[in-house]
Amino acid sequence: MNPNPNIDFSHLCFLLFLQKSTKFFERQLSMDARRMSRAVPRVRQVGFFTPNTPAQQPQPQSAAPSSESPPLSDSPASNSLSPVMIPPPRHLSDNLGGRTAAVPVPGREISGELPTVGSYNPSESVLWLDSPPRSRIGDEELSEGAESSLGWYRRSDSAKFASSLPSGGFNLSTAKHPESVAAVEAKNPLPEQSEVQKEQASSSKPLKAKTTKAERRALQESQRAAKAASRAEANKSGTPGGAPSSKPMKQPPQKKDGPPVASSIAASERIGVDRSVEKERKKDLPPPRKQFDDESRGGRAKRRSVLNQPEARNRVELFRHLPPHKNGTQLPSLESKFFELHEKHPAVYKVGLQYLAGDLSGGNARCIAMLQAFQEAIRDYSTPPEKTLTRDLTSKIGGFVSFLIECRPLSMSMGNAIRFLKSRIARLPLTLSESEAKTTLCSDIDRFINEKIVLADKVILRHAATKIRDGDVLLTYGSSCVVEMILLYAHELGKQFRVVVVDSHPMLEGQKLLRRLVVKGLSCTYTQLNAISYVMHKVTRVFLGASSIFSNGTVYSTVGTASVAMVAHAFRVPVLVCCEAYKFHERVQLDSICFNELGDPDAISKVPGRVDVNYLDNLTDKQKENLELLNLKYDATPSDYISVIVTDYGMIPPTSVPVIVREYRKEYLLI
Amino acid sequence: MWWRSASFILDRQQEQNTSYPPNPESLLLSSPPPSMADSLQNPKPDISAYYQTRAAHHAVVTSDWLSQAQAAVSLQTNDDVSSGSDGRVAPTGGGTGGDNKTFSVIDEFNSWRKQPDLAEAVAAIRALAAVIRASQATTMMELEIELKKASDSLKAWDATSISLTAGCDLFMRYVTRTSALEYEDFNSARYRLIERAEKFGEISYKARRIIAMLSQDFIFDGCTILVHGFSRVVLEVLKTAAENKKHFRVFCTEGRPDRTGLRLSNELAKLDVPVKLLIDSAVAYTMDEVDMVLVGADGVVESGGIINMMGTYQIALVSHSMNKPVYVAAESYKFARLYPLDQKDMGPALRTIDFGVPIPSKVEVEKSARDYTPPQYLTLLFTDLGVLTPSVVSDELIQLYL
Repeated sequence: MNPNPNIDFSHLCFLLFLQKSTKFFERQLSMDARRMSRAVPRVRQVGFFTPNTPAQQPQPQSAAPSSESPPLSDSPASNSLSPVMIPPPRHLSDNLGGRTAAVPVPGREISGELPTVGSYNPSESVLWLDSPPRSRIGDEELSEGAESSLGWYRRSDSAKFASSLPSGGFNLSTAKHPESVAAVEAKNPLPEQSEVQKEQASSSKPLKAKTTKAERRALQESQRAAKAASRAEANKSGTPGGAPSSKPMKQPPQKKDGPPVASSIAASERIGVDRSVEKERKKDLPPPRKQFDDESRGGRAKRRSVLNQPEARNRVELFRHLPPHKNGTQLPSLESKFFELHEKHPAVYKVGLQYLAGDLSGGNARCIAMLQAFQEAIRDYSTPPEKTLTRDLTSKIGGFVSFLIECRPLSMSMGNAIRFLKSRIARLPLTLSESEAKTTLCSDIDRFINEKIVLADKVILRHAATKIRDGDVLLTYGSSCVVEMILLYAHELGKQFRVVVVDSHPMLEGQKLLRRLVVKGLSCTYTQLNAISYVMHKVTRVFLGASSIFSNGTVYSTVGTASVAMVAHAFRVPVLVCCEAYKFHERVQLDSICFNELGDPDAISKVPGRVDVNYLDNLTDKQKENLELLNLKYDATPSDYISVIVTDYGMIPPTSVPVIVREYRKEYLLI
Repeated sequence: MWWRSASFILDRQQEQNTSYPPNPESLLLSSPPPSMADSLQNPKPDISAYYQTRAAHHAVVTSDWLSQAQAAVSLQTNDDVSSGSDGRVAPTGGGTGGDNKTFSVIDEFNSWRKQPDLAEAVAAIRALAAVIRASQATTMMELEIELKKASDSLKAWDATSISLTAGCDLFMRYVTRTSALEYEDFNSARYRLIERAEKFGEISYKARRIIAMLSQDFIFDGCTILVHGFSRVVLEVLKTAAENKKHFRVFCTEGRPDRTGLRLSNELAKLDVPVKLLIDSAVAYTMDEVDMVLVGADGVVESGGIINMMGTYQIALVSHSMNKPVYVAAESYKFARLYPLDQKDMGPALRTIDFGVPIPSKVEVEKSARDYTPPQYLTLLFTDLGVLTPSVVSDELIQLYL
């Protein structure tokens, strides 16, 4: 359950720190009774930014002063459970309460909540794993540490507790509850606080259900997405003059809120030096895909998203966590929203629309389009007053990304590209002027496109062409632009070979490829996936493209690729996967279920141009309830079926993917 | 496994009783060495497939320096080889153009090769080191270009030799990828290069010893080892095991067409290791008695598979299907950046095959000298970098070359 063994250490540190910090908190709590009541919920936000039920608040408060005993020494049970053992999946609200209480008031552990310390562990890890790249540790944590006391006092002066409330202790939760920010702007602190609490109460209800980690995680993600969307809305709703001026004033304090807890936890985390590196790496991770395990969460996300989510229809059991397909019919509504979404740069908007309409497909094309849109956005960007370019631009890009995700889930390669861009922004020297910074970033993006995509493809061509001999029969599936380039290149070299293009419904992308090949004078055979076992007899090489390749060598590619590779393997035909190294991802995936993308379910139920195939038409609603349509876009091919991966670093066996990731991830983040 | 060891002990007792018959027999078998003396009449004595491959490919009459050095006295061999090398260099040197330089490198290379125990790659490395030493270059760039030319001409001299190519490449990486290039003073940089080159040559030279030491853990008392081809590393491994007083028995395949197995069995018999000779087609028949398969390699490719003498692949297949481990002993300078996808995916390395009877001209003969064994049929690789699984080869290569 706990994926990261390092967390144990940090957790230990945390516990130790906890003992020390107890007194500090006691003091803080006794300082101001009123503040204390707020300090607790603030703490509560640490792990999950899902708000708590107000009912739980009094309990820690009352327990707090009474017990000074540190949890480690007092409760052996918690001790034995906490650092090493994997705690059982528990009630989420328990989790929340336990964790929040654990920080300021260790006495809560004694009051019957022994395992709570342990339960801190996994959720913390979840948190760090999920932490979006929008924050960088270095400066933010520093500033937090420096200004913590300041912020503390300032906050008590201005009495804007509520705004501080939802922002978690961690710096990653910069704008967790934008709605509350909006509320702060609009109303007086006191009623607003109650409102926030009300909202917390309402929103915490769905949490009551027993949740597994995956569910919690999905939930968290959907929340985050919802927040990102709602932030856009909040900005939109704010008065044009007021929003920009008030935001810079209010967000920084919000960010620094709950500093004693936040920074203390951060400090305890920082004790493990090796962890900080890892942490940073994780922070750079692109936001994972949204998943909708929970109906209500999905609903929330739906309400806040820019696009209208399609109605929940019958979705196949195993794939309910995947975001439903959004089809191009929403284009008009989105287009009409163009002027409302002023935060989105037109270039980004355009790309988003293209994703949605399906005009842009193919990993490289999508990635390049996205990067170029970002480039344009950066060119037109100007830092708002009282903000730093690094941070504001990062959050801006984050907003763009979440918009693009709404249009269509990102591919892994795009995630890597975004991570690259964000790390570039983060590493901008502070001395650079804005225009210099912008040109640097633009040229960085250009370089990424050139080196990682365009040049990489050329290198791949060279490598792959050495594997094509005269008289070969090459099979390819779907339409991969790299494979197309390889075939054309080998044809230019004068090699004599034939191509078998295998295709499948409903995309029929192979026909595009087929046309281009035939036009160029290659001799081709076209067949459907159904006939794969028949054609495979004569094939000597199989060339496949990939959307991403994972650390365990699993190839994540267009649906159907796995079956082609499997059949080829059974016939002992070498399978060459051609993929640029920027698409490599350090994740390990074993199946096609956890992460995938759903296509339009109607696409597979209807056959265009065949009026006689109408067996699924005219079903009544009741009959339709029995029907689940599954149109997956990707599948995972196990590495056993792959003979070689042709990449810009040469030809490597699938077992060497992690080596490339390890050796070069760093490099291209530091380009 | 242990039941087999019991039978082995019985075998051993029998052999001890008749400990002398094997030796005369092996002497009989080792009749090739005497016959090898007249190597000019029989240009293809039982040398390792690899060297014969080269001879066949270049279509030059070579006398095998290795076996000659073993069989005969050095003086005679020297004459022989130098005459042979002259004959060899002339065509290739003319082909590459830079006659003067080419000659010196290859000459150096050949003089190193005369040492019987020096592998070809190590000879190449030493020759290249000599190039640095003899270089008249005054700038680092010049020196590098000179070195590059020398290694290119060496590689061109024998394109089929994987270990030669890989050795040259590795050397270039090892030498040029050093802080020496940042030295301000050219001479100190040059010295550093030479130092590095010598160190690399030393490492490569010692590789065989390291492998022999590492592989001792895998040879247990009472085991039966199937060996294919004549590999000096394998011989070293077995020799060390015998010195360590391990009780084991070796099955040698005959190693058609150049009978390298006979030669290995001859060597092993000298060490008093019980040896049994098999014809190449008896591998599957005897596989149930075998505990492990140990082979050398001409080259280790990036997939983790090996390129070795013809027949290795089928032995690996048989042992894989019978769940016997296949171990490969190979020095790290044989790691090559090649990625064959199947058997025909390599440059051809042909050799002549003598069937003893005339073959009608209509009949085709498969003349390839080597085959490719994919990594899934190999268990472990004993290298001087450690005992590796096949998948690590690629990792090492990536770290070396990228």
